[in-house]
Amino acid sequence: MKKFLALFLALILASVSLLSFAGCQPNEEGEGESNFKVGAIYINSKNDTAGYTFAHHNGITTAMKQLGLNPDTQLFIVDEVPEDKEQVLAAIDTLVGNGVNIIFGISFGYIDAMEEAAGKYPDVIFSHATGYKSNETNFNNYFGRAYQARYLAGIAAGLKSLETGNNNVGYVAAYATEYAETASGINGFALGVQAVNPDAVLYVKSLSAWADEVNEKAYANELIASFNCGIISQHCDSAQPQIAAEAANVFGCGYNSDMTADAPKAHLTAAIWHWDVYYKTAMQAAMDCEKAADFVTKMGGQAYYGGLKEEFVDVSPLNSTCAANTDKAIAAVRELIVSGEWDVFSGVKLSISADGTVTKSDAALVDNKGNEIVAAGGASVADGVITGTMNYFVKGITWVNDPNGSTTPDTDPDTSADASEEVSE
Amino acid sequence: MDKIGVLTQFVYNIVLLNIPLLYGTVGEIMVEKSGCLNLGVEGTMAVGAIFGYIFGCYANSLGVGIFSAFLMGALCGLIFAVLTVSLQANQNITGLTLSTFGLGIYFFVGHSLKAKAWPVMNDYAGVSEGFQGIQIPLLSKIPIIGKGLFSHNILVYLGIVIALAVWWYLNRTTLGLRLRAVGENPAAADSVGINVKRMKYLHICIGCGIMGIGGYYMGLNMSGSFNSSCWINGYGWIAVALVIFANWNPALAILGTFVFGFFNALPVSASSLAMAFPKGLGWLAAIPSQLYDALPFIITAIVLIATSIRNKRGSSGLPAALGLNYFREER
Repeated sequence: MKKFLALFLALILASVSLLSFAGCQPNEEGEGESNFKVGAIYINSKNDTAGYTFAHHNGITTAMKQLGLNPDTQLFIVDEVPEDKEQVLAAIDTLVGNGVNIIFGISFGYIDAMEEAAGKYPDVIFSHATGYKSNETNFNNYFGRAYQARYLAGIAAGLKSLETGNNNVGYVAAYATEYAETASGINGFALGVQAVNPDAVLYVKSLSAWADEVNEKAYANELIASFNCGIISQHCDSAQPQIAAEAANVFGCGYNSDMTADAPKAHLTAAIWHWDVYYKTAMQAAMDCEKAADFVTKMGGQAYYGGLKEEFVDVSPLNSTCAANTDKAIAAVRELIVSGEWDVFSGVKLSISADGTVTKSDAALVDNKGNEIVAAGGASVADGVITGTMNYFVKGITWVNDPNGSTTPDTDPDTSADASEEVSE
Repeated sequence: MDKIGVLTQFVYNIVLLNIPLLYGTVGEIMVEKSGCLNLGVEGTMAVGAIFGYIFGCYANSLGVGIFSAFLMGALCGLIFAVLTVSLQANQNITGLTLSTFGLGIYFFVGHSLKAKAWPVMNDYAGVSEGFQGIQIPLLSKIPIIGKGLFSHNILVYLGIVIALAVWWYLNRTTLGLRLRAVGENPAAADSVGINVKRMKYLHICIGCGIMGIGGYYMGLNMSGSFNSSCWINGYGWIAVALVIFANWNPALAILGTFVFGFFNALPVSASSLAMAFPKGLGWLAAIPSQLYDALPFIITAIVLIATSIRNKRGSSGLPAALGLNYFREER
């Protein structure tokens, strides 16, 4: 009897814990304004209040409200889906079973599952963030020119570094040059910093993981304490680097969402995404489609790549911690980018003075090993390079995980002003 | 680069990032000394973490947080004790279930609260100021190890004190002796009038309570920012292995924590060590980070091999009745 009771209790325990894991049931069905149903697969929880998944969830719900759709009844979510093909396919099956018209997958690793499912379910539209695969009918990918927003955030960081007199800028990155997504973001930020402060040196410490909260904080602290960094930027999901900056009385630039609330005394501005811009466009197109196969044609191509001009990426409202004239300088550069007059990875360099005036000059874009990427005065590198093949860091960046792999080993953070010229040798 | 500063920061990280291991290990030693193998350390720490953090913030008091973390950890211990001591359930299975259960509770409470009103640590001065580093007079002025060892928050010191107290309790008190007797041979202990059930219940609950405080530490160290990944992050599992490394000796657990801590903190400090000492330690930067991630577990395997060799020589602190349920009627 006792053993039976023990088994029974263990069963209850196990089932309760299983239940509590299953926080991923789609929202209940109800009456909507139309029959259009949206499906979404998230890497983290839909209840997050900051970070990558939060930004997407916010974008999807905002877009739905703008289109008169009800997120409570017309949005179906499977969240906390790891980048595992079987599990993504299972999530897609669940959503298709719910009768959704379009499925958004927000993480890079969903790519193969979404490609397979697009063939399996031709009546459903598939839209994949950050990837590169697509077909001519019901499967596209979407991403944004985050490097443009990074450049603007870099300007804020550069002006702050002039104000504090500390030329060392730290950057906690998920990955370094392994992914064009991280490399282009880091490069864009570095060029923004250097446009203001040519002596600035960027120290990048990479996690080799998209999310690792414990180390995100520890790495930020290491950059502050050992590399003497006065500004911490980041390409990772949590606000831990900004929280670390706040605790150490230095400054920082967040990513994905406005992190001012997490670090009110440290945060300058964050490179953010207005995912609702894309989601609204995509949902509108999907609703206008007679059949799912028309979607890619309706979107005008297999890949959507919006930037500052589309207001797809931006910087968050400047915090009061920003140096004087930050708003002026950022507005001027934004104008150059939006008008199409200038772009970040080109042979034309911007110089921004402390009073916020911007001047253009021809200068070659050089990587941190001294190789010329774009000749002085040359046009911007192709989009395919920025999204796919950018596997180098520009001059002035030290990847501290493997400094020998990217720059001269003896760069001394304490005398970075002198060292920055040698970095490219 | 400031070489002294880099070394100081490295020592500081070894302590700061790894104290949860000490709490987990010491708690597990106490549980195992009663003859019960509780594999639910990870879940127990998670439960202690989430409730300690929430109650601590609502009461705006670090003390309340520590107490609630202990209490909720002890409650997990109570579940374990009811199942394994009274109901004779398999200890391994129950422990694993408790891990899953604890993590489930952690995410369940965290997510549902996050959707409504998550307490932000900085808003609660009683907690955030209580967690600030405390400079120990004189000792904290020593170069390198001064800041590295003697400028930490109160929970670091509390962990060391608990470890030493548990060592004293196990080896220098009558109750501790009785507990060890229960772990070695419950039938013999029973025959001389020790209440085996009561001893097991008491120590499982206290041990699990200690683990809960370790979880709370981790929550505070992450500044209470709840973001989908668990604060405990595998510390509970390493703690189970650390018990063997420490040979069931809470004082040795302090050493074990720092040895494991060394390898845990290495990926954080590797790049600065390599830059500060390019000639001697430059090679650190060439090690891929994935290898660093695997290091604590490789070390665990090595430790287990070394321990089993040592055990053959007969100096093990392993309680003889560990993992075996005691059923009085079968005596």
